[in-house]
This record gives sequence, structure tokens and C-alpha cells, in this order.
Amino acid sequence: MHRRILLAGAALALAVTTAPAEAQQRTEIQFWYGLGGALGERVQEQVQRFNASQDRYTVNATFRGSYVEVMTGAIAAWRAGNPPHIAQVFEVGTATMMAAGPAIKPVWQLSQETGIAIDPAKYLAGVRGYYSDTQGRLVSMPHNSSSAIMWLNMDALAKAGVTEPPRTWREFRAVAEKLKAANATPCVSTTTWPTWVMFEQQSSIHDVGLATKANGFEGMDAEMNLTHPFFLKHVQFLADLQRDGLFRYGGRDNAAGNLFPSGECAISFGSSAARAQIERDAKFKWASVPLPYHDDVIQSPRNGVIGGASLWALTARNRTPAEYAAVAAFYAFISRPEEDQWWHQVTGYVPLTLAAYEKSKAEGYYERNPGADAAIIQLSRAQPTPNSQGFRLGGMVEIRNIIQEELEKVFQGQQTVAQAMETANRRGNAVLRAFERANRS
Amino acid sequence: MRKRVIFNDKGLPYLLLAPQLAITFVFFFWPAGQAIWFSFLRQDAFGIRTTFVGLENFVELFQDPLYLASAWNTVVFSFWVTLVSMAVALGLAVLADRHIRGAGVYKTLLIWPYAIAPAVAAVLWIFIFHPQVGLLGRFLREIGIAWDYKLNGGQAMLVVIVASAWNQIPYNFLFFLAGLQSIPKSVLEAAAIDGASAQRRFWTVIFPLLSPTTFFLLVVNIVFAFFGTFGVIDALTKGGPAKATETLIYKAYIDGRVNLDLGSSSAQSVVLMLTVILLTAIQFRYIERKVHY
Repeated sequence: MHRRILLAGAALALAVTTAPAEAQQRTEIQFWYGLGGALGERVQEQVQRFNASQDRYTVNATFRGSYVEVMTGAIAAWRAGNPPHIAQVFEVGTATMMAAGPAIKPVWQLSQETGIAIDPAKYLAGVRGYYSDTQGRLVSMPHNSSSAIMWLNMDALAKAGVTEPPRTWREFRAVAEKLKAANATPCVSTTTWPTWVMFEQQSSIHDVGLATKANGFEGMDAEMNLTHPFFLKHVQFLADLQRDGLFRYGGRDNAAGNLFPSGECAISFGSSAARAQIERDAKFKWASVPLPYHDDVIQSPRNGVIGGASLWALTARNRTPAEYAAVAAFYAFISRPEEDQWWHQVTGYVPLTLAAYEKSKAEGYYERNPGADAAIIQLSRAQPTPNSQGFRLGGMVEIRNIIQEELEKVFQGQQTVAQAMETANRRGNAVLRAFERANRS
Repeated sequence: MRKRVIFNDKGLPYLLLAPQLAITFVFFFWPAGQAIWFSFLRQDAFGIRTTFVGLENFVELFQDPLYLASAWNTVVFSFWVTLVSMAVALGLAVLADRHIRGAGVYKTLLIWPYAIAPAVAAVLWIFIFHPQVGLLGRFLREIGIAWDYKLNGGQAMLVVIVASAWNQIPYNFLFFLAGLQSIPKSVLEAAAIDGASAQRRFWTVIFPLLSPTTFFLLVVNIVFAFFGTFGVIDALTKGGPAKATETLIYKAYIDGRVNLDLGSSSAQSVVLMLTVILLTAIQFRYIERKVHY
């Protein structure tokens, strides 16, 4: 007993004496992320593997609350001169971060300065495009990308006599009517992330710009395009569904997230990264397929866009080359095919690299897990056009909320679809102009 | 003022005040000063490009119909929260002031909710009002009322008013109870001997004697409704649906922290600060005259 304590004491003393020597060698960097719950645990696991895989760098990953909190926290920290080395920023913050010139260290520059190769060609086109500048150089590091897909309660569909998942919105409405007639579930359909699914994804799939100037890729003077007949048509379609009791507005952002897994609604639209939650909670047979499209608008739907977040390297006055090297090394580590494949399969996010996708395919992952590739298929089924490569709009967080607010007024019957899109367009443009002014002067 | 001098030396009182002054300076005057300065600037999120724009932020604010709408929301919200929480608290205090068995238990139970943080209180209300998981929400839907505060602005306002007022009732209750207990029994007995009914005794004797407490609570409640209800709104409705429950403080938060427009958000904070200063000044200047001390 005594001996054991003595031994432990000796070991501790040894550890204490060797620790400073090791700490001098290891460069420590801070990584702030905004994924809670199970996804956050996966982030920690990967960071631990990185720390164990080499002896030069230590990444300290900390959960800093929601995406919004991570971004505003990192910006405030930068203003105070003490930002984290890496901040995870959601896709709608991309334009704000890109406009922040001296505050960020683009991936291509990081790779050049540290000599650690990060080859953009390795990443899936849909992912790469969203985070690249106009010269095609990677600015932020792809990290967790998902796409919106349709989730179906197959038990409920069977009860309504439906065997085939709907492919178009026309078929969707027919299925919804059957579901309602059969009274299969208390609610027929709903959606999470209303703006992302019903505007951003739909505009991309139908090749209609959400804004001019290639959705802002070609300049800060872009204007919203919400009064385009397509958006009027689609919102009217949703409003009619709601009026007929076929669709329920479940709230902003992810507020409707549990309506599908709980069995309340038979069909929902949402992120492919909801897979883990649905797998755990849903007590029925389910399937995931690409989003429906209007076949009277487009015959072969184009690619969808990604959602999720990417990693941004932030600058600081006293930052050393070793610290930037640590960031680059971490980027290179998470891009390894085996790491990326692991991340894709345990989280439901799409693979970031082609290699991880090919590897998953070769190993039969998608045959064992049907529907796990719905998002990938949707992302890569067509060559991106200027309307479907993503969004580079300043104040996109606010624009998303504006659209949600105007949608809410339509669903409450307070205004017509035309009025809503007119107002959303005007308010969205005001946001774009304010961003342009603040970032040009 | 017979004897002013307690401290002979001026240094000691200042020294004793210093810690409090330092805290006030660091946590109030400094940030407030920064807000005033930022309200004259336009800057990007990182503060890399900053321009002095004078009063432009304020002009834009008052031309914005959405800002005016949220000011109106704040008036409606504050009015009802103050009225409901004070009226209910007064009623409860009168009841608890009687000689009843187990009065201590009632008092404890009534004061209890004050210890609950607004955000936690909001979660409790979600379990009551939520259209899918809430007890009352499900019941309302079952009897055929289209209850959905996530989509109906009026219902959303009702929910945040009820939740905020509930949170504030214990505080008001406590002060009303103390006020009631300090009313001399002899006055009430005299009124009773003169043949005044219980109701008449309340309105002509008790209520006027309570007016200092009522006045104090009025100020505190309005300030609470302006600033202290952020947690409830954030947890229950996030200002929605369609800005129906967006109060001035919530809008300042959204524009500054979510939309990263620090100029406008600072201008809104300055307007809020001025409003509260003005309200308090008016209250002390005019309402206090009518208060029966």
C-alpha cells in the first residue's frame, strides 16, 4: 500500500519534471467550435487523435456555444487582440469573414508560408467552391458540410399506400394528400431551416439566383432576387400546402428538428447531419432522399448547396510561425482520407474529400446505409452554375431571418406572397447595402 | 442638519467609496461611454474599417418602421407585464396578510419563483404552452383552438407577458406584503369602528398608504420589463414570429450580436438609456408629488 503511494508519487514527480521540457517543444493552439452534444464529442475525439499522432503541436478544442456565439466571440476576441487560432464559422458567416482581410489567414497563404501542402483539388467541388475566393484559392478549411435532404417516415407512407418516395413537388403534394386522407400522422409535413431549405437549396436546384452577381461571388454590389417568379411560385406552393393542412410551419432554424424523429410529422426537410439523431430517436422505418423539384421549372435538377461550417485561421500581433504551422498541420490531418471518412460516417456530414467518398463507396458503406449518400448525390449531380455554386452575401444571417419573418407573415395570413417577397427583397437589399458601405469605406 | 461632520478628513470617505466607484466606472460608465462613441461610427464586424458618420445611425433608426414597431411592442409588453404582475402580487399580498393557518408556507411558496432565472422560467413555460409538448398547448389544440405561438404573433405576446409577469410577481408580492404589515393597525381599527366596509377600508385607507411601495414598484417593474426580460423572450420566442415579440432590448441584441451591426446597436442602446433616464425622471418629478408618504 505504502509502496504504491510512493511509486505514484515518484511517477508524479517525474511527470512534473519532464512536463516543462515537453511543453517547450509542443506548440499549443486554441480551437473554438460550436457543435454541441454528440457532434461536439466527435470533434474532441478527432482533436485528441491529432494530438496523439505527433509530438510537436497540441490543439486545445473548446466548445463556445452556438455558431453565432462562436463567431461573435471570436470577432470580439480579435478586436481585443487575443483571438483563438482556429474558429469554426457557419457558412452564412463566410462573406463577413472573407471581407475581414487582415484578421484572417487564408488557407492557401497558410499552406504557402508553412510549406504544409493543402491541395484544393482534393476536396469535393461543391464544398471547395463555397469556401474559395474568386481566383479559386481556398480561403477557409472545409470542416463540416451537409446538404438539405428529404426525410420520410416509410411506415406512415405505407399506411397511406405509398411505396415510392416523391421526386417532384407535384408528386410530393399527391403523397401529402394521401397521408392526410389516411390520417397516418398528426402532421403531414414540416421543414427545418426554412430559408436554407426552401430558398437557398431550391434556388440552387432550379438554377435561379437568390441574388444577382452570381449570388454575391462577383461583388458586394449584388442585389436580392426574391421577387423572381420562381420564389413567388414556390412560396405560394408552400402557403397552399399549409392552408390545406398538408404542411406545418415548425419555427425558425432548427426549431422543427424533433417533429420528424418523434413521429409527429411524416415528412421533413433538413440537414443530412440529422442522421445521427434520427437513427437514435426514430421508432419507425425511415428513408432519406434528395429534395423534390418543380418539374415544370426544370427537368433535370441542378446541384444543391452545402450548409454547415468551415474553419478560419485568425491572426494576432504576437502569433508565431510555429503556431500557424500547427494550424496547417491540423488542417492537413483532418483532410486525410481515413480521418475524413470517419468524420463522414459518424456524423452524417458529407465527406469533404473525393478520396473519403470513393473509399466509403468501395467499402460498401452506402449499400449498408441506404440514403446516406442522398446529400452527396444532390451536391454532385450537376456542374455548378453561377446560381448554384453557393452564396457570398454580406449579412446573410440577417437575410435568412428576414426571409423567415416574411414567411411567418404569409403563414399567418397577414400578407400575400407577392407582398412578402417584395418586402423581403427590399429589406434584404438594405442589409446588403449596409454591409457594402461598412466594408468599402 | 445640525451636525454635518462625521468624518473630519475628506480622504477616508473617498477611500471607502473607491471600490464601489471603480466597479461602477469599469462596468457602467466605461461601456456606456463606448456605446455612445460607437453610436456615431459605422464599422465592419472586425472594426477594421471605421468611419465617423455623426448622427446617421440615429436618423436611420427613426426612419426604420421596424424600429418603431419594436418600440410599440415594448410599450405594450411593459404595460401588461407591470399591470399584471403588480395587480396579482397585490391581491396575493392582501390574502397572505390575513391571519390564516400556515401563512408562512404560503408566503414561502409565493416568493419561491423569484429565485428562478428568467431563462429557466421560460423553459418551464414551454412545457405548458408549447403546441406539441406543452400541457396547456396540447389541451387547447384538442378542444379546437388553433394554438401555435410560434406562428401567431398575438399568442406569442401573450406567452411572453405571462411568463415575464409570473417571474416578477414574487418580488412585488414581497414589497406589498411588507408595505401592508407596516400599516398601523390602529388606523384600520378606527376605520372599522366608523363602519367602513372591508372594500372601502382597502381603497380609502390601505391603498393610499401603500402608494410609496406602489410607486417604487412601478419604477422597478418598468425597468425590469425593459431590460430584465431578455432571457424569457430569447428562450421562448426569439422575438418572433415575424418580430411580434421583439422589444427594444432584444432588437439591440440581435442587431449587435447576431447581425454584427455595432453602430446601429450602439445607437439603440443609447436611445434605450435615454428613455429609461427620462422615464425615471418623469416618475420622480410628477408621480411622486401625488404619492402619500
